[in-house]
Amino acid sequence: MSSNFNVVEMIDISKSFFGVKVLDRVSFEVTSGEIHALAGENGAGKSTLMKILQGVYTLDSGEIQIAGAAASIHSFQDARNYGIGMVFQEFSLVPELSVAQNIFLDREHKNKLRFFDEKETIRKSKLVMEELGLNIDVTAKVSTLGRAFQQLTEIAKAIAGDAKILILDEPTASLAKEEVDALFKVLKQLTARGVSIVYISHRMDEIYRICDRITILRDGKKIAVSLLSEISPQEIIAHITGRKDVEMLSHEGKSIERSTTPIFEAIGIQVGNRVNNVSFKLYPGEILGLAGLMGSGRTELVRAIFGLDKKDGGSVKIDGKDVVIKNPREAIAQGFAFIPEDRRRQGLVMEHSVKQNILAANLSSLSHLNFLSFSKINNLVQDSITNFEVRPPEANREVRLLSGGNQQKVVIAKWMATNPKIVLMDEPTVGVDIGTKVEIMKLVRAIATEGKSVILISSELPELLGVCDRILVIRKGQIAEELDRKDVRDEDHLQMIVQGIKI
Amino acid sequence: MTLLSLKKIDIRATLIYWMFAAIFLLFALLLHDDGFLQSNNLLNIFRQTATITVMAVGMTFVISAAEIDLSIGGVAGLASVVGALMLRDHGLIQGILGGLAIGFVVGSLNGLLVAHVGIPSFLVTLGMQGVAIGFAALVTNYYPIPILNDTFNAIFGSGTIGWFPGLLLWSFTAVLIGWIMLTKTTFGRRVLATGGNRDAAEFNGINTKNVKFKVMLISSVVASIAGLLYAGRLQTGRYEWGAGDELSAIAAVILGGTSLFGGSGRIIGTFFGALLVGLINNGLILAGLPVSQQQIVRGLIIILAVALAKKK
Repeated sequence: MSSNFNVVEMIDISKSFFGVKVLDRVSFEVTSGEIHALAGENGAGKSTLMKILQGVYTLDSGEIQIAGAAASIHSFQDARNYGIGMVFQEFSLVPELSVAQNIFLDREHKNKLRFFDEKETIRKSKLVMEELGLNIDVTAKVSTLGRAFQQLTEIAKAIAGDAKILILDEPTASLAKEEVDALFKVLKQLTARGVSIVYISHRMDEIYRICDRITILRDGKKIAVSLLSEISPQEIIAHITGRKDVEMLSHEGKSIERSTTPIFEAIGIQVGNRVNNVSFKLYPGEILGLAGLMGSGRTELVRAIFGLDKKDGGSVKIDGKDVVIKNPREAIAQGFAFIPEDRRRQGLVMEHSVKQNILAANLSSLSHLNFLSFSKINNLVQDSITNFEVRPPEANREVRLLSGGNQQKVVIAKWMATNPKIVLMDEPTVGVDIGTKVEIMKLVRAIATEGKSVILISSELPELLGVCDRILVIRKGQIAEELDRKDVRDEDHLQMIVQGIKI
Repeated sequence: MTLLSLKKIDIRATLIYWMFAAIFLLFALLLHDDGFLQSNNLLNIFRQTATITVMAVGMTFVISAAEIDLSIGGVAGLASVVGALMLRDHGLIQGILGGLAIGFVVGSLNGLLVAHVGIPSFLVTLGMQGVAIGFAALVTNYYPIPILNDTFNAIFGSGTIGWFPGLLLWSFTAVLIGWIMLTKTTFGRRVLATGGNRDAAEFNGINTKNVKFKVMLISSVVASIAGLLYAGRLQTGRYEWGAGDELSAIAAVILGGTSLFGGSGRIIGTFFGALLVGLINNGLILAGLPVSQQQIVRGLIIILAVALAKKK
């Protein structure tokens, strides 16, 4: 290790967005041939730091050195010239082109007549694949490959472009176990050739398996850097979580009457291979948390319950009676509401006003014989804006002009107006400022106090601990643990369970 | 800053009225001696615009739902032909129902292919356009079918209520029904939500396939009514009636302030958009421009309309 030099050195990097400091004098270094884990909670600054390295954002202050020389990276092109390659979570491959064509996209080999030289492209691609020890048909269309092979193609593309530093962001999120093995083999091979890898992941087992060192960020600051051989998972988790808002965590869970008929019961739900034989019960007034890593199947489970995706097996009961839900309309009729993960794409019509968005989810209750009742609409919208404290309180303002937190309040408001019995929430606080986060958590508690039941997905464990009465830990599409809130000591404890670390 | 952006939105929303007023004034000044302002000419504009207005109202729903219908010209032609044939061979009621049936059949096919099979509407309706025109030419062997039934010609063409032209009543009725449907009913909200963000609409429990099917159906049925209006006004059914009207209707809708990208619709704007198209056609004819030059000007107006409607 001593002969290794720093390939990347980021020194005292600071970055603010709209006056909010997201990176505060963060230093980060990667030596040649190293796999360096970058860890931290959502919003800790990992992706901002990496985006600065890729030229997506420009740093406010600090310095970047590549191979010992000061580097100025202002665009993606710059980053590529410095040998920095990114393996995107959403792949940047053209599905209808072959593997070889994708690998040399934008750097096509040309023959004497300036036409594409397909043979040379294929020959060079084969060489790259051989070097990586991969057995992929380079003439196959990318769209015919599985996700893992697409990802490996993406890596091959970066390597063919002479990347010396590869950034991988949650690369295993959608991969099966054998695929992960194949990926890791390739990564090891790359490091043997002196390529350095920045590995962003929430999965502790993978970090220990593949990485040499770890840098931990929290709230935009570097908290620790250590060889993985010298740090325990418990220490890592303690660094990642830090000391949390005590008030948020003081929640102990209500005692829920569980001898009655559950309001909702899932029996053996199956969705492809993503959700595997999941059964659970939900009681009136209960807030049930779904904890798990990205790609563990939580979203797929609630989507299937809401009728957005087809169930491949299993059944559901409401108030003890069997019901069939094939689409969102039937789910809504049964008293469900669904606050989706991506409010811009799934929750709201961004160009429509607050009023129009609230109206769209409540058409039947706000109309008579299919004619809209405008006095009812105006009353409801005014009430929603007041009760949910939407700022600014303007019914006719287009929602795209609101802040993320206020957009989310509109989503919640429109669903609460439907007077649901069961509220499904998928990451309700993503992209929301901390103040609104707390407000939304209070709203969730208030919803349950009214006797409604909530199923809450969140990757932010403090949130789950702050509101839930019971938590199901989902791992690989199955319920791995069921925990009463009062049996979870603190965030670290829950994190260990989510990661599957034995205590 | 806020003031400025508010102003911008305002101008875009009322653009059609300013354009209408400006071009009207321009023609009034330039074409005064050609009789532009004579009441007969002004009524003529309304009469000739009726078919476009009616079709454009249907098109407003289609575009609001983020789809397009290029088959309306062909549907109008086919409906005029089938209406005329049924009228000649079977009688008045059969003629009217025959024409409308064309709208139902083509609209259902369009709707099925767009909403349920999932083929992009511009492809489906582009193909359907050819099918409809070809079919109309085939059954008439390219000949016009004269309509000798005075009742039919009065209802769908030259009839008046007092001094009030019947064709104008058709326009007003279409606009009024369209306006009520789009702004006052749950269906209108479903159309706008589907066009604005189909995913979000589905999450809201809106059956977006059903919405897309219905807008395609409405558009075709309305186009078949326009076909009957052609037949009544020109007292013939002919496969060429309506040719190219899809572009005029789309221009009217976009000029009227409906977003080409779906999610917002303005029926009153569409009405003035259609009148503006009619106004321009009329002015160009009075100015003595040949058909070729009229086509150039009309084409440029469509491009201009889309450019102005483009956001930000």
